[in-house]
Parts: sequence; structure tokens; C-alpha cells
Amino acid sequence: MDNQNQQVTPEEAVRCGAKAADASSDVILEATGLCKHFPVHNFFGRTKQVVRAVDGIDLAIRRGETFGLVGESGCGKSTLGRTLIRMYEPTSGKIVFDGHDITSAHGRELADIHRKMQIIFQDPYMSLDPHMNVRQIIAEPMRVGAKLTDDEIDARVAELLVNVGMRPDDMYKFAYEFSGGQRQRVGIARALSVRPEFILCDEPISALDVSIQAQVVNMLEDLQQQMGLTYLFVAHDLSMVRHISTRIGVMYLGRLVEVAPADELYENPLHPYTRALLSAAPIPDPKLARETRRIALEGELPSPLHVPSGCRFHTRCPQCSCEGCKQVEPTLREVTPGHFVACDQVQ
Amino acid sequence: MAAENNEASAKGTPSPRGELLRVRNLRTTFHSHRRLIKAVRGMDLTVGDGEFLAIVGESGSGKSVAMKSIMGLLPKNAEVKADKLEFAGKNMLAMSAKERRGMCGSQIAMIFQDPMTSLDPVKTIGKHLFEVLKRHRGLTGAAAREEAIHALDQVGIPSPAQRLDRYPHEFSGGMRQRVLIAMALCCKPRLLIADEPTTALDVTIQAQILDLLRRLRDEEGMSVVLISHDLGVVASLCDRVEVMYGGMALESGLVDDVFERPRHPYTSALLGAVPNPNERRSGRLISIPGTPPSLVNPPDACPFADRCKFAADVCRTMVPEWRNYPTGQIARCAFDADALGLVGVGQGGEPCVCCGAKTGNVKDDESAKEA
Repeated sequence: MDNQNQQVTPEEAVRCGAKAADASSDVILEATGLCKHFPVHNFFGRTKQVVRAVDGIDLAIRRGETFGLVGESGCGKSTLGRTLIRMYEPTSGKIVFDGHDITSAHGRELADIHRKMQIIFQDPYMSLDPHMNVRQIIAEPMRVGAKLTDDEIDARVAELLVNVGMRPDDMYKFAYEFSGGQRQRVGIARALSVRPEFILCDEPISALDVSIQAQVVNMLEDLQQQMGLTYLFVAHDLSMVRHISTRIGVMYLGRLVEVAPADELYENPLHPYTRALLSAAPIPDPKLARETRRIALEGELPSPLHVPSGCRFHTRCPQCSCEGCKQVEPTLREVTPGHFVACDQVQ
Repeated sequence: MAAENNEASAKGTPSPRGELLRVRNLRTTFHSHRRLIKAVRGMDLTVGDGEFLAIVGESGSGKSVAMKSIMGLLPKNAEVKADKLEFAGKNMLAMSAKERRGMCGSQIAMIFQDPMTSLDPVKTIGKHLFEVLKRHRGLTGAAAREEAIHALDQVGIPSPAQRLDRYPHEFSGGMRQRVLIAMALCCKPRLLIADEPTTALDVTIQAQILDLLRRLRDEEGMSVVLISHDLGVVASLCDRVEVMYGGMALESGLVDDVFERPRHPYTSALLGAVPNPNERRSGRLISIPGTPPSLVNPPDACPFADRCKFAADVCRTMVPEWRNYPTGQIARCAFDADALGLVGVGQGGEPCVCCGAKTGNVKDDESAKEA
């Protein structure tokens, strides 16, 4: 772990705390001190400020698990996911996938990575080209770097459509002929077409109706079992995340504040932000909802342009705003086995 | 509780207080490209004084259209019919368009889902509020300013006097929703219709806005109709719930009763499809097979028949009648719910390790497997 830290800039090395997984298990994707900053240009094209969307993340995802990522909008959870699968160029830090350093992969090497790491997008209406039929949509990733005959494509597309619970003859239809849930199935079939090992699910169900969400979640779980997939599941629906995830990471302003197994996180949240976030989740049971005390969080997420000093959460923290918290940024440390938290007040 | 309304055939969940809004057999049809889209076909609604009512449904269930029909906010190609549409004892069907406009806005106010697009980007927040105050209460100048500051203060916007001269883009999503609520409040309406007010917001901000709505109901005695697809929001906030599907109301009753013991298969299925964040997972989610029905020329049948595991021939040939239950719940289903053995939340299943609650909703159920 120390070796990896030395390859990171000195500034990031300070931030690098404990790695959020034990080294013994089979890690498929590992990030160390990962940052993604977006420069904001002023009128004359000069870089004035920097949005620190992802700001020093240490993370390890194990093979075959579903890692849930939650947080408010603007906390950088989607950016983190997309940087991890190299849709975005990382600003600094290191990403290791399957034992290979992919931080600065490009060209053919990057294309190979994207064959192993795929993405399912949030909005099934925007992510499918209206001019292409389902066959073209699903076949597009397969054609990259591979010569396939029409028959091979037909067979594979038909197989994929069956996998996602659709009919093979749906392949000649266009996206507008389908409902939201079916479109999302097409998006999932497209992601599966290159036989990936890792899929970033970027809020895959939040645009769907309640009755359809359960269908898609069940299907994602079945596919994971059949194909041995690893998921990074980005979402803001806290109840669905608990249902689907093995482990969950909570993000706040570009940093992970807590990482723990799903049930452990919900039953024993340690970081004050996690507690507030979980207590705000609406419970679909009137009696329990009345008994649950909500921890009200004052104000809103600070801008990632002006990240607060010290602990990023100190401006809203209901528990502590001592001088120590305002000055020293806490790092992720293991409190109980497998449960990591970035708060110096937690014993 | 047992005191039924005199209209036995219609909707009769008794409200403990006086009635504010009463709608009977509301039908809204859109004329579009020689097609008829029956967005709402037969909805009954009673809102009591100071009541917090929820209308729950998926997209396309007609919940927003029904409320917009009452407010008169639909485009010209919409045709709204009702047997009865009364607000505070006045017949809204007999009113002129002008009278109705005067009432909607001052006595009935509505806030919308998207606080980003509901405000005019070139007007200051103050101007938005002054417009409403001038139109409905005839206030101008210093009086309007004072009233606007009071309204912003009431919805928890810090330093309201300075904020009046700011533009919408300088506000975050949660703050914009507060501004919209302030606009709705500054005429002291008796009924506030909130159309998915927190769907575009984060959970922490959602909690703040829902607390605000609850406080306003308690302090101002205002009635609130909350349109939502989020069962969690409804459970924590509302007194009574009305479940809509495919343009029809299918079940209505007190929130506790409906969640604990749903009387319509759709309500039960919907509750089963949502995991509880306070419970450990105990199996697959029970998904509802199929997709919501088309609203173009829907057949005279139960709209849920194609997806219902209990459906029989009778469900596909006629719209079921309302069935009354001793708890005051009513459901539009051909079958007696007690015979179907419907489960709600908090029954059956394994007790939860963390909170002791029982999970009835995440059992594995082969018969409900996806089509």
C-alpha cells in the first residue's frame, strides 16, 4: 500500500488513509488517492477556479460484489464512477483494474479496458439513439475492434435480448416503441454485449416507475449471478441501495466519509453525515416512520468550488464543530473490521 | 369513523372534519390526433378541512392531470367533466372562467415538481411574489414588500429582505421550492396542492421541505393534497391516501390502514416492490409483471387486470364497483380483499434484526415472477 502511495503526488499521499478493503480478498478494481478536478474557465479562457468533484478517494471493489455509492447530488458519486471506468481522465491518483494499472491507458489499451468495464446510464430516454434500431444499438460496442458477420451479430443480439427478458424479434424495433423499463433493458443488453466483468450502474432505476424498478433490480441480480459480474451501483434511493449492495460507500463533497457492509452501515452508521442521510430516507411504513427520529441537517451541500477546510462536513455537522474539525481533515480509518469511517470524533 | 357519507355508492372514506373539496366522477379526456386519451376516468375525491391527503400513483396514472383539471390548468385540448365539483360548498362547475381563476390561486394554490423551471429566470424572487400579491390581494408597494418578506420568512429562507432582490439562478433547488411554497402561501390558501414537490430534490432537502409542509398544515390549518409516487414520503406525512392507476382511483383509506392492510391487489403489489431501508434484505423483491396500461381508448375493465395475479374474466369485462371495508377503506376490486390474503408492510416474514419489524414485502414469491 505504501508503494502505491509513493507514486501519487505528495499532496495526495497525505490524504491517503486506510484502504477500504482487506488485502486478502480478490480485488477487481482499486483506486488510490484518486482525484478528478474540473477547471472552470473565465471569459478570457483562463482557468480561474477548480471544481474538486472527486478529491482523494481510496477504494477497493472485490470481484463479484455490488458496491453501492450514495450521497447527495453534486457529491461526485457519478464522477467517481466514470473516472474509475476511465470515461474521464483522472487528475491524479492511481486506478488498478484486474492487476493492471489503467490510470493512463489510451488507444487500443483503453478500448480493451472498456470491453471489460461497461456502464448502464440513468436515463433510458437519452441514452439510446433514436435513429438506430435495437440490433444496431446492441451491436455497436461489439463491432469495436472485432470483425463479426451478420449472422454472428444476429445470434448474439438475440441471446442478449433473451437474457434481459425481451423477445429476439424486438431487435428490429426502435427505442421509441418501448416503455422506460424496456429501454433500460436494451441499455443493459448493450452493456452486456462485450461480456464485461465490471459494470458501472449509474442510477439505473431512478427514472423508472416503482413497479418497474423491482423488475430491473431483480434482473440485474440474476445477471450478476449468471455471469459473475461486479457492479458499482450509484444511486440516491437509499432503500434500493441497501437491498442490492454488498458494501456501501457514502460520499460527501468528493470524499468517501464511510464504507461498510450494507447491513452494518444501516444498522450502525458512525459518521454524522451518514446518520443524517439515512434518517432522512422515507420509510414506507407509517408506524415505523412516526417512531423514527429524523436528524435534521441544516443548510445545503457547499459548492465543490469552495470546499470547507478541515473536515468537509463541519459546516453542517450536528455533532461537532470544534477547532480540530475545522483544521484537520480526517482520513478513512477502520473502526471495526470492514467498517471504515472518516471522522475523528468516532471512537 | 363509521359515519358514512350519504352517497353510499360513491367514495366514502369519512373525513373527521368538515369537507373542503368534493369531487365526484371526474373525467378528463385529451383530444389528440383523432385519438382520445382518457387520462382520468372516474375519480372521486374528498378533502377535509386541515387534512393531509396523498394521491399515490405511477407516471401516467392520472394523478397530476386530475388535480390540474380541478385547478383548470390544462391545455385547450383537454375536456374536463364531473358530476360534482365543489370547493367550500361552492359549485365550481357553475362558475365563470374568471371567477374560477380568482379562486384558484387565492383559495387553492398549487406547487409543482420542478422548482428549476417553475420560476421565471429574468424576474427577481420579489417580483414573483409581488405579482401574486397584487393579483389576488391587491397589495402594492411597501405593503406588498412587507407581506413578501413575511412569506419568505415563513418558509424558512434566511435573511428574506435581501433575498427579495435576488434572481432564481442564485437559489439552490431546495430554496427555489421554498420560494414556490411562499408564492402559494402569500394568499393564505385553504387548500395547497403539492405535485411531487420533492421529486427533484435530495433526501436531506426533501426532509426539510416535507417538515415545512407538515408545519404549515399544523400552524395554518391548511389542507394539503400531496401528489407523489414515493410510498415512503406518503407513509411519514399523510393522514389519508388515495391510490391511482391507469386513470382510476383504486383504493382509498387512512394511511395506517392502507399500508398495514391493503385491500386492492395493486396497492399490495406496490408495497411489495419497495424495499424498506430499515430492514435487512430477505429475498428478491416481488416485482409486478408487465407495464402500465395505455390510456388510448381503454376498455371497460379493471385497469390492473392484465398485471394482477388474481385477475379473472369478470375483471376484464367490467369496471369493478367500490367495496367498503370496516376500517373505512374502500377499494375498487371485484374480489373481497380478505379472501385474497393481501399483505401490506409489517406482516409476515422474518422479524428484522435491527428494529424488530417484520418484513412482509420482500418474500420470494414464485407466482409473482416476471413475465
